[in-house]
Amino acid sequence: MLVLNFFLFRILPGDPERTLTRLQRVSPSTVDEVKRELGLDRPLPVQFFDYLGDTARGELGISYVFSRPVSEVIGNALWPTILLVGVATIGATLIGTLIGIWGAWRRGSAVDTASLGFGLVTYAMPEFWLGMLLILLFAVALDWFPTSFMSTPGLTDASAGLLLVDTLEHLFLPALTLVLALFGEYALIMRSSVIEAMNEDYVKTARAKGMREALVLRKHVVPNALLPVVTLAALNLGFIVSGAITVETVFSWPGLGQLTFRAINGGPDYPLLQGLFLLFSVVVIFANLAADLLLGLLDPRIGRA
Amino acid sequence: MSANVTPEATRSGRAVRRARRVQAFKSSARLFAGNRMGVAGLVILAVFVFMAVFADVLAPEARLSVTNAPGSPLEPPSAQFWLGTDELGRSVLDLVIQGSQISLLVGFLATAISMLIGALVGIMAGYFGGWADVILMRFTDWFLVIPFLPLAIVLAAILGRSLFVIALVIGLTTWPATARVVRAQVLTLKERPYVERARALGAGDRQIITRHILPNVFPLIFANTILVVAIAILTETTLSFLGLGDPFSVSWGSILESAFAEGAISLGAWWYLVPPGLCIVLVVLGFTMCGYAFDEILDPRLRKR
Repeated sequence: MLVLNFFLFRILPGDPERTLTRLQRVSPSTVDEVKRELGLDRPLPVQFFDYLGDTARGELGISYVFSRPVSEVIGNALWPTILLVGVATIGATLIGTLIGIWGAWRRGSAVDTASLGFGLVTYAMPEFWLGMLLILLFAVALDWFPTSFMSTPGLTDASAGLLLVDTLEHLFLPALTLVLALFGEYALIMRSSVIEAMNEDYVKTARAKGMREALVLRKHVVPNALLPVVTLAALNLGFIVSGAITVETVFSWPGLGQLTFRAINGGPDYPLLQGLFLLFSVVVIFANLAADLLLGLLDPRIGRA
Repeated sequence: MSANVTPEATRSGRAVRRARRVQAFKSSARLFAGNRMGVAGLVILAVFVFMAVFADVLAPEARLSVTNAPGSPLEPPSAQFWLGTDELGRSVLDLVIQGSQISLLVGFLATAISMLIGALVGIMAGYFGGWADVILMRFTDWFLVIPFLPLAIVLAAILGRSLFVIALVIGLTTWPATARVVRAQVLTLKERPYVERARALGAGDRQIITRHILPNVFPLIFANTILVVAIAILTETTLSFLGLGDPFSVSWGSILESAFAEGAISLGAWWYLVPPGLCIVLVVLGFTMCGYAFDEILDPRLRKR
């Protein structure tokens, strides 16, 4: 797994360079310059760290749409997306895991069947359409929540508490959209993982010792069944970020997703798109790495292999 | 009864093989017919395929003329326009029917491309092993880890906006899962005695692949196809919604795009938003349900659950 990750890190820097040359028909000298800028002419291990450094310093070019450095434009949009994706991930993982455990424990019950069916339907839905429906229902018809942006315009000088409430109100619907779109998958994975763990020998032993069912579930089944969910949560992070593209667009949430939308429809804005793609890829690869490390910590058997 | 026994010996190998395959197909079909979920999925799909095939009869293109639309802008549903009208006065029902054609077409085309690459890479990697395997699988892993929507967006933005490009982009970003599954299957297949026997009899690689490997991985590829079509249709919707679709054709995604752009949400024009999305959900659900049914047929362990 580590070898694989290292390989991915090595191949990634080559990609923006290739994309860049194909996009803009640049002269060979510019390619060299770009290569030098991205550190592609140096030995691989050096290149790896240089590449991270460069990305951190942000030599990504100038955005056509905003006429500002891509790094700055992306930097401004980063936090809203982290907030949205963070809240949605935590929400979806928690709800999904709990429903999954419940479903596995009471297999075939109404809750189980309903959550399986619901998960199937939300999987079949484009996230942005779900978002549109939620806006129609909760914002247009019922007027409970604001439809767009991260805060009410002109509310900048209000007290911190009011600002927080305002942001939370704006956050609710987009976050709910992502949670609804995602939790079914977690529930499904957790359910099959719990069912599998329930048949393990150590669970039978615990039961044979006369342990109460709820305690068996909490002490023996759930901790072991959580492993696949941890992987999925980490792996999904990158995909949630890309799922956020359409949801942010629908809600005019000022994050990376909406930026992507504007980059596509504003030209297209190639430097900005490149920077965004780079960022998404890096996030996904880091998430993979984090999942590997975390699994190693949680499950000593994997660490030694 | 006795008539059945004697010709078996005199029939050519080809006829025997065909009879055996017809038999296998019949027994699979019987299992499928006994699977309620699969049948329900198939019925949904049949309705939509019918709609797509007869789209020009059900919703003549003349009625979709932009300059000579039959209704007034954004009419709510009525006896004349069952699903209301869009911002140009065209019937949403007609749009949705016409959209089914493009959405399904792109879905199938993308899946064909995806399957072709996936099966080819999987069989090559699994059958030849060694360096070919290492290189092909690294390549596959890279595609598997890169967040696929941003990759699709970047590719679509570079290659331009046409139906074929959209299908190609989706095909290029969805093949890795198939490649992995096929490779795993080929790895076990090539160690089977009958493959060894064929080789001992002097069969070449091509002969073995087309005669022994391909027929045996085909059911697997087919089951995968069904799930990929669902993903392809969802992706087409997302790309079209983001403004990367073919501007000259109507798909469910592009209907949602124009609905969003025309502010159908804040106008409360639910009849413009709900039908295309509902079609997507139903079609994707149909494919997923068929996919699960086929999984159960292919994997007898799942049948008992």
